[in-house]
Amino acid sequence: MKMLSGWGRFPKVECRVVRARTQEDVRQAVLEAPLIARGNGRAYGDAALNPGLTLDMTGMDRMRSFENGVLVAEAGVLLGDIIQAFLPRGWFPMVTPGTKLVSLGGAIAADVHGKNHHIDGSFRTCVDWIDLMGPDGTVTRTKQGDALFDWTLGGMGLTGVILRAQIRLRRVETSWIVQESVALTSLTDTIAAFEGAMDAPYSVAWINCSAGKTHGHSILLKGRHALPQDLPMDRTEFDLGRPGKTPVPFGLPFLFKGAALRTINSIYWRLQRRKAGRAVVDWDSYFYPLDGLANWNKLYGRHGFVQFQCALPKDTAEAGLAEIMEAIAASGQGSVLSVLKRLGSQSGPFSFPMEGYTLAMDFPTNKRSLALMERLDTITMAHKGRFYLAKDARMPKAVAQADPRAADFAAMRKQAGMAERFTSVQSRRLGL
Amino acid sequence: MSRPILILGAASDMARAVARSFAAEGHPIQLAARNVSRLAEDASDLRTRFGVEVTVHEFDALATDSHKAFVEALPTLPAVAVCAVGTMGTQSESEADPLAAAQVMRANFEGPASILAHLANAMEARGAGTLVGISSVAGDRGRASNYVYGSAKAGFTAFLSGLRNRLANKGVHVVTVLPGFVNTAMLDGIDTPAPLTAEPEEVGAAIVKAVKRNTNVIYTRPIWRLVMAVIRNIPEPVFKKTSI
Ligand SMILES: Cc1cc2nc3c(=O)[nH]c(=O)nc-3n(C[C@H](O)[C@H](O)[C@H](O)COP(=O)(O)OP(=O)(O)OC[C@H]3O[C@@H](n4cnc5c(N)ncnc54)[C@H](O)[C@@H]3O)c2cc1C
Repeated sequence: MKMLSGWGRFPKVECRVVRARTQEDVRQAVLEAPLIARGNGRAYGDAALNPGLTLDMTGMDRMRSFENGVLVAEAGVLLGDIIQAFLPRGWFPMVTPGTKLVSLGGAIAADVHGKNHHIDGSFRTCVDWIDLMGPDGTVTRTKQGDALFDWTLGGMGLTGVILRAQIRLRRVETSWIVQESVALTSLTDTIAAFEGAMDAPYSVAWINCSAGKTHGHSILLKGRHALPQDLPMDRTEFDLGRPGKTPVPFGLPFLFKGAALRTINSIYWRLQRRKAGRAVVDWDSYFYPLDGLANWNKLYGRHGFVQFQCALPKDTAEAGLAEIMEAIAASGQGSVLSVLKRLGSQSGPFSFPMEGYTLAMDFPTNKRSLALMERLDTITMAHKGRFYLAKDARMPKAVAQADPRAADFAAMRKQAGMAERFTSVQSRRLGL
Repeated sequence: MSRPILILGAASDMARAVARSFAAEGHPIQLAARNVSRLAEDASDLRTRFGVEVTVHEFDALATDSHKAFVEALPTLPAVAVCAVGTMGTQSESEADPLAAAQVMRANFEGPASILAHLANAMEARGAGTLVGISSVAGDRGRASNYVYGSAKAGFTAFLSGLRNRLANKGVHVVTVLPGFVNTAMLDGIDTPAPLTAEPEEVGAAIVKAVKRNTNVIYTRPIWRLVMAVIRNIPEPVFKKTSI
């Protein structure tokens, strides 16, 4: 037995963990007991936890073949490994979340989105097929167009164990990103700026949700892969670097509320405003600024933290976001990193993203923030929004079930015999 | 760098990590283990990730009379040979059945020593090469909980030390690796203290570094050097009453 949690370190659950190294190991586990697959544990909450049996897939991390940007790899391969292997040869993941320390299986199961969702859609865009082990231990190769494929992308490991997949990478001419940053002073301006940046390959904004004069101030970052001619003379086209990681020695939970939080947020905005403009930045600090800080999840102290991430449809987004941000400001709780992102049209039927906006933020785990998040649930639902399962650790069942797809998913799982085989703390909490 | 690295006992978690660490530096890799078919996926992994050449070779550490022919049949004598052969066995079984104990001793001492002896002779004749033996801190002092495994590792550690001494002027270097807890299949289901538990990747990186620098003995993690110094120096009258 092992104490396990997601990235937010809440909740912590005692689980029996088995590590799979081969397909045969997976089959034995699947036939043995109800289980959930676990990748690199970067989902924030309880999606990859199951007390009876949690199947650690990080030992299945072999790459099988690579040709002309088409990679076949086992589910436990990390996105970071893929970058390490192929960026020097001119290839980069088509879609990447804000950390490279996710497994291929985890990226598929959550159907992750990146800063390019408004143009390229979610991770499924680059997935050709998936080898999935079903409840009876048989392997199905499911492809774009199959119902099983649709349910698996975003299905949070609840349709079976992803063994391997074929994905397509993107050709890039350098490992650098041309970044343009703009400092803005209100939500309305930020949304207008996003709408004006629909042709930027990547876009994301950091927005201040805490109270005070800089409430609603934001930094919008646009990016595109640099071409050789964009680079200053002293830079080589492909520079992977291997920056060391700065460990976080102890928790500083007092930073995440009240005056300290307000101060950090407004200082951050001023610093970024000063730096606003065009810059050529390396791939790692552009896409994965947090990965340089090992274990930053420990900053929130021993109770851990909870992320809230919702998506709001385009036409209700501004009103909904304003209400959410006001509720946060009024609570005095909040997040150093509130991330706002324009989402493109929905690409997967069971995936999280929808045409509109998504806001993600972290709260220290405590009664007040849990109460606040229930307020945010209500606001989100009133604006026809939805919630991201990969970030969720605390949603009430009724909230999850307000998304009509939840009941369909549960019914499908029951009918296919998946429900009794693949189960997580999250799936039981939410009735999936 | 184009001279191959031979990994003996290549199917283990530790061996996989060592192979990756060397392949990442651009070396061709020779993978050797029993039932080579098991190595096919690891071989494709190394080729795909690192674009290096990989060959697989049938090798049985216990079949010591085949070791000479094994070395002769290698397409190229490797620049570096890493012996990751070994098995923990089950202490209670080894106690109850001395024949089972003998198997553990053969797998951790006799087999590894035999194959490295053949490779050593070939490297000595060439006048260059590095041998890496993965032994264990368990060989630093016999303990009730795993002295059969430990005794074999003690023998292997002494063998490596002697081999290093013998070859010191012959252009052949010998690295002794003494891992403490490593997060591999051997430890599945066993809870070990995190600061003392290395990831296989750490061991792989440490070995590559030791080979480059001609280090003699490495403990992974280094804290184990201290831990074992303490354990070795506990007086026997006290030690025999402990259960470490
Ligand atoms: C700093 C940070 C930034 C992030 N940024 C983003 C972002 O920008 N966009 C975004 O979309 N997400 C983001 N995430 C969330 C993260 O991308 C997802 O939670 C992802 O699923 C984590 O992958 P993992 O391998 O760690 O999976 P885990 O956390 O281990 O598991 C996540 C889910 O995947 C399932 N799963 C994992 N492996 C398999 C398998 N082999 N077969 C079947 N199911 C499997 C699990 O059952 C579980 O439901 C971020 C997370 C962090 C920590």
